[in-house]
Amino acid sequence: MIIGAPTPPPGGFPRDRGGPGQPLLSVKGLVKHFGVKKGFLTKAGPIVRAVDGVDFDVVKGETLGIVGESGCGKSTTARLVMQIIAPDAGDILFDGERVGSQALSLNGFRKQVQMVFQDSYASLNPRLTVEDTIAFGPKVHGASGRAATTRAHDLLHRVGLEPARFAGRYPHELSGGQRQRVNIARALALDPRLLILDEAVSALDKSVEAQVLNLLLDLKDEFGLTYMFISHDLNVVRFMSNRVMVMYLGKVAEFGPSEALFETPKHPYTGALLASMPSMDPDARTETAPLTGDPPNPINPPPGCRFNPRCAKSAALCGHKEPTLLDAGVDHRAACWLVDPASGHPRIAA
Amino acid sequence: MNATAKMVDVQGLTVDFKGPKGPIRAVDGVDLDLRRGETVALLGESGSGKSVTLRSLMRLHPSSAKIGGKVEVDGRDVLKMGSRELAGLRGPVVSMIFQDPGLAFDPVYRIGDQIVEAVRRHEKLSKAEARKRALELFERVRIPSPDKRLDNYPHEMSGGMRQRAMIALALVCRPKVLLADEPTTALDATVQIQVLLLLRELQRELGLAVVFVTHDIGVAVEVADRIAVMYAGRIVEMGPCRDVIRDPRHPYTQGLLLSRASHAPTPGARLAAIPGAPPDLSDLPPGCAFRPRCGHAIDDCAEAAPPAADVGPAHFARCIRTRRAAEAFESVTA
Ligand SMILES: Nc1ncnc2c1ncn2[C@@H]1O[C@H](COP(=O)(O)OP(=O)(O)O)[C@@H](O)[C@H]1O
Ligand SMILES: Nc1ncnc2c1ncn2[C@@H]1O[C@H](COP(=O)(O)OP(=O)(O)O)[C@@H](O)[C@H]1O
Ligand SMILES: [Mg+2]
Ligand SMILES: [Mg+2]
Repeated sequence: MIIGAPTPPPGGFPRDRGGPGQPLLSVKGLVKHFGVKKGFLTKAGPIVRAVDGVDFDVVKGETLGIVGESGCGKSTTARLVMQIIAPDAGDILFDGERVGSQALSLNGFRKQVQMVFQDSYASLNPRLTVEDTIAFGPKVHGASGRAATTRAHDLLHRVGLEPARFAGRYPHELSGGQRQRVNIARALALDPRLLILDEAVSALDKSVEAQVLNLLLDLKDEFGLTYMFISHDLNVVRFMSNRVMVMYLGKVAEFGPSEALFETPKHPYTGALLASMPSMDPDARTETAPLTGDPPNPINPPPGCRFNPRCAKSAALCGHKEPTLLDAGVDHRAACWLVDPASGHPRIAA
Repeated sequence: MNATAKMVDVQGLTVDFKGPKGPIRAVDGVDLDLRRGETVALLGESGSGKSVTLRSLMRLHPSSAKIGGKVEVDGRDVLKMGSRELAGLRGPVVSMIFQDPGLAFDPVYRIGDQIVEAVRRHEKLSKAEARKRALELFERVRIPSPDKRLDNYPHEMSGGMRQRAMIALALVCRPKVLLADEPTTALDATVQIQVLLLLRELQRELGLAVVFVTHDIGVAVEVADRIAVMYAGRIVEMGPCRDVIRDPRHPYTQGLLLSRASHAPTPGARLAAIPGAPPDLSDLPPGCAFRPRCGHAIDDCAEAAPPAADVGPAHFARCIRTRRAAEAFESVTA
């Protein structure tokens, strides 16, 4: 049993196959490298190790938060899970079935996983009305025009947009918050089980963001959804998530229950991320920046622990020996020698 | 120099634009003053008039915009200036940094050359002397290996570094007032805090008066002595940072504070979101613009734009229900 995992509704989650104990999504050894072309007439350039060996599970009914500085591989991970891009290595299992296998075709998988992006405008076809946008998916999957439209109106209502006012509008006639509601409605049109939210509220004004977060929580309960919630805003991730994965340069730095990870971070990088959030106390402003410089890019990751050049607790060992994800508590893991009493890291109190 | 003299003195500022749906008043009666070495944050959601207010201090609006009221910077009347006087204002007296450093630098020239050029436009220095000054500026904004970095093209720098370079450019003429328009909004939090600390340090060392525009309360708390909360072109609440954060008196300020995810009682509980959406400036309701979204609104709120009500030392709120709002806020946060 995983701490913080929600109890299934009576009768279990819809279309549950493996039962509540089986993760909805299982990602194993995921790798994606991008070759960067240097330019005209130059040979293949350096390799961007965007995702470089990532393992994680998403439990049924939970929200898994994903955080980390820009470029650490959050969106690439999401696009790999969505099968928008193909991995170089690794397996993705959905409710126990390997995606693309006989038991779970790519099409069958795609119906069950949907994504909402940050840019609410770019994700919508400017020439389709709101109603047609939402009805499009169901029609492609064989629903009658009438059924698809009825469903679109239902969903509009559910996301807080009165169909009578909004069904006939075009994306440019909506505010950013309204467009994001349309994107959410469209994502729900095929009745998915997993929703990936990639910075989905990041472009919204704060007052609108709070409304959309509340909506997402309501929809999750009502439709028995599971979320992967990607955001750079740690406060929002903490609020939304049962468990959190912290990524650094294409790898998982820490993974654990939201409360434990935010209260007692085990990886110095997680600690630095938390300490970088602006203080809300005028009498206790931040006095020193937890990290210096910009986030590095994953072209030539340093040897050893990838974080060691920026880590305040780095020791000689960290520069040549790379830590794997080590147990750091209940359902809590960190890729840091400090959590391994046998590592010989000098900062571990004897 | 008189340390208590007002560096910025704005009274009754109005800015009108021709909008697609008719005329809009983007700024509606803003009063703002700043002393040397003081930082005021303009806090508000998009479209509330923060950038327009800021640009008024340098008169950077298109000529079709109508500006009314009084804008004085360092004792000079900005609205009466001719183009020569404006050129003498922009740079040596007031300068500006913004969210996108791409707007400050030409992508095809080296950053160092652009700074040297800016130095020589304002001071009679040789190229070598100007280069020395550019180097000092890069050191001042703590760019590592500054000499090497001066030879970078803008795209060769990371986001945080470009932001530092833009700050260096803004300091070329030793301005007295720095206008910052969301300079850290596009940065990672880990880089944002570095830039905020740098700005705080420069502000202290150089005695700058800073107007800092942001939509992020946390950022305002990190930099500001005073906070001015904007809504629909008006400052609806202003006061010392501490008082605005701890004892907010306008229902909108309270709403912003209470709806923050970090304020949620327990994970998974619903946030106390402000209902509705920011208003359309071409179609504002009469009276208080926040009334349609306000839980404390009464009929009188539609009568007239609320006057500033003093709620504490140097602290006011434009609300006729400040007492009711204060009681309600106390009961939620107690
Ligand atoms: N199509 C691509 N080609 C080359 N590099 C890419 C591509 N997509 C992403 N990257 C690089 O991969 C790294 C991870 O990117 P991304 O997953 O978007 O990060 P995040 O979402 O965490 O900001 C970055 O260095 C990014 O520049
Ligand atoms: N040059 C312009 N012409 C017409 N309208 C403008 C212009 N600049 C700003 N506005 C409008 O003025 C209002 C306030 O804008 P702004 O000050 O940029 O808001 P913010 O608080 O997000 O910085 C907005 O409705 C905006 O569309
Ligand atoms: Mg991303
Ligand atoms: Mg602005």
